[in-house]
Amino acid sequence: MAYDSFSILTSTAVPLPIENVDTDQIIPARFLKATERVGFGDNLFRDWRYNQDDSPKADFVLNDATYQGKIFVCGHNFGSGSSREHAAWAVYDYGFRCVVSSFFADIFRNNCLNIGVLPVQVSTEFLAEIFEAIQDDPSTQLTVDLHKQSIVLSSNGKSEFFDINDYKKDNMLNGYDDIDYLSNIKSEIEGFALNTPL
Amino acid sequence: MKQTLFDKVWDSHVVKSINNGPDVLFIDRHMIHEVTSPVAFLGLKNRKLPVLYPERTFATADHNTPTLNQHLPVADPLSRNQLKALEENATAHGISYWGLGHKKNGIVHVVGPEYGITQPGATIVCGDSHTSTHGAFGAIAFGIGTSEVEMVLATQCIMQPKPKKMRISINGSLNHGVTPKDVALFIISKLTTSGATGYFVEYAGEVFEQLSMEGRMTVCNLSIEMGARGGMIAPDEKTFEYIKGREFTPQGSNWDKAMAYWKTLYTDEGATFDKELTFDGAEIDPMITFGTNPGMGMSITKVIPTAASVEGGAATYKKSLDYMGYNEGESMIGKPIDFVFIGSCTNGRIEDFRAFASIVKGKKRAKNVTAWLVPGSHKVLASIKEEGLLEIFEAAEFELREPGCSACLAMNDDKIPAGKYAVSTSNRNFEGRQGPGSRTLLASPLVAAAAAITGKITDPRTLIQ
Ligand code: SF4
Repeated sequence: MAYDSFSILTSTAVPLPIENVDTDQIIPARFLKATERVGFGDNLFRDWRYNQDDSPKADFVLNDATYQGKIFVCGHNFGSGSSREHAAWAVYDYGFRCVVSSFFADIFRNNCLNIGVLPVQVSTEFLAEIFEAIQDDPSTQLTVDLHKQSIVLSSNGKSEFFDINDYKKDNMLNGYDDIDYLSNIKSEIEGFALNTPL
Repeated sequence: MKQTLFDKVWDSHVVKSINNGPDVLFIDRHMIHEVTSPVAFLGLKNRKLPVLYPERTFATADHNTPTLNQHLPVADPLSRNQLKALEENATAHGISYWGLGHKKNGIVHVVGPEYGITQPGATIVCGDSHTSTHGAFGAIAFGIGTSEVEMVLATQCIMQPKPKKMRISINGSLNHGVTPKDVALFIISKLTTSGATGYFVEYAGEVFEQLSMEGRMTVCNLSIEMGARGGMIAPDEKTFEYIKGREFTPQGSNWDKAMAYWKTLYTDEGATFDKELTFDGAEIDPMITFGTNPGMGMSITKVIPTAASVEGGAATYKKSLDYMGYNEGESMIGKPIDFVFIGSCTNGRIEDFRAFASIVKGKKRAKNVTAWLVPGSHKVLASIKEEGLLEIFEAAEFELREPGCSACLAMNDDKIPAGKYAVSTSNRNFEGRQGPGSRTLLASPLVAAAAAITGKITDPRTLIQ
């Protein structure tokens, strides 16, 4: 068992309607110097969240008490750039368990799946609707059901199906990870390696 | 069945396919560095697992290392700690380790090819997105997260669904003053930073055939900036010539065996791609970026596009121009700059320093410009000295630093100050990438050299004799 399992999550959400948010914004490189996986949530969006003197920027959504919750709703192409898993750790460590967007960068999506944060890709139209609903009423809830692969917007009951492959779905439902799987097929891997020149 | 180059290499490394799930992909070679590996080693320790094939992993220190006085202890305690962790982990697990001061030390994607770790037909991963660089040799190479670094250490495999395939063909030839970096920035400007997400790219056509191995590395390096998993180019005589005789390339009869395999690595006539794009080499000019992602680039002679004319949200576009202090419709030529950075795994190889030298030779650095010249490795540094480039740089009042990632991601002391403009040969112009508040303009070594000499954005073609 490598991380928390995930089945159904109902929560209010925090909106960040900006496109092409890169991992250098999610966690700037200067905070990658740790040798353990602790404390990354404090530096999530460090430079958008704090001024140079470390005072919080009032107009950034993570500093706005109006918006709370375990679901992070983000603009198109979220998580582009570097492969740093620290970006996914920061999202997790801050308290999010699910990120919703109309498009994710590949490595970021993969990193999320590997640490137990569920990336939910919705249509551009549904994303716009979610943003609008949260803006109108910050107490709007979203329900993400991994069994059914559905995301439901409480304000109008609209829902969408989201994609995830069966293997990853099973992993997330049970909190297993790839090393658990790979360790079980170790002899197959060793057999394969014999025919693979270094 | 007709296969693409990518199919041939991927399929031959699949240990097992999971129905409606990922493939278990065997990894031939794994590169690690100090930033994304410590937590992976910690994971192994917690699970009480050994490294399965330590001889397939190679460690180098690069992201955090200082570029001045490398013989002295590293001043920053956090960086020092990370470098120490890499050394301890590598030593404890019997992994080859090229730390600070080692003569083979350098940026992970520069040293891999230099010592023949990078080979055609291999699968290569590293906890760094620009691992795509190694695709220049016809390898499948891509960046992975720390959980996957742990997987590779423990099992020599990762689990990923097979990506879709895209071919980008550029025929014809390049105009004078147009470099591989311009080709890559041109493609990204056409595709945007998400245009190739979900795909693995093969670059084909006369332009790529004509490029040197260094040039091919620059192009493949930047594949990730259009969202691609990676990019690759079919190996040819130039590739074989480059790798022959390097420390980790096969020797003797193993070389012949390897060559027999490598010669099969091309896309079969009639094999299909999920997406195909074609451009003409003659369309490409020297490029420069004006915004905060690598897709916001244009020909250096053009004006900054209006928000209305680009894809994507106008608000995000305007936020980006505000950060840069630029306006729609402005020309980039003549804009003042403060810093120039030559280096990184994109343009920190010997050919890049030769290009820089070709412009600065016999001239002087502009007084308003601070320039950081950072070779990608000790081997590059040695070549700069041997080829007499150092004298050219010194006569033009430039200072050469020691190898490392440096201002590419500014984890060490090489940070561009807030609000300052830097013309950089690196790969990312994200907000704060080169230091909090820094403003980055991505460009080729020729454009960077022209800026360093004139103190402003200048079309390098006006300076080439
Ligand atoms: S030079 Fe930059 S992009 Fe390349 S490995 Fe170093 S930090 Fe990553």
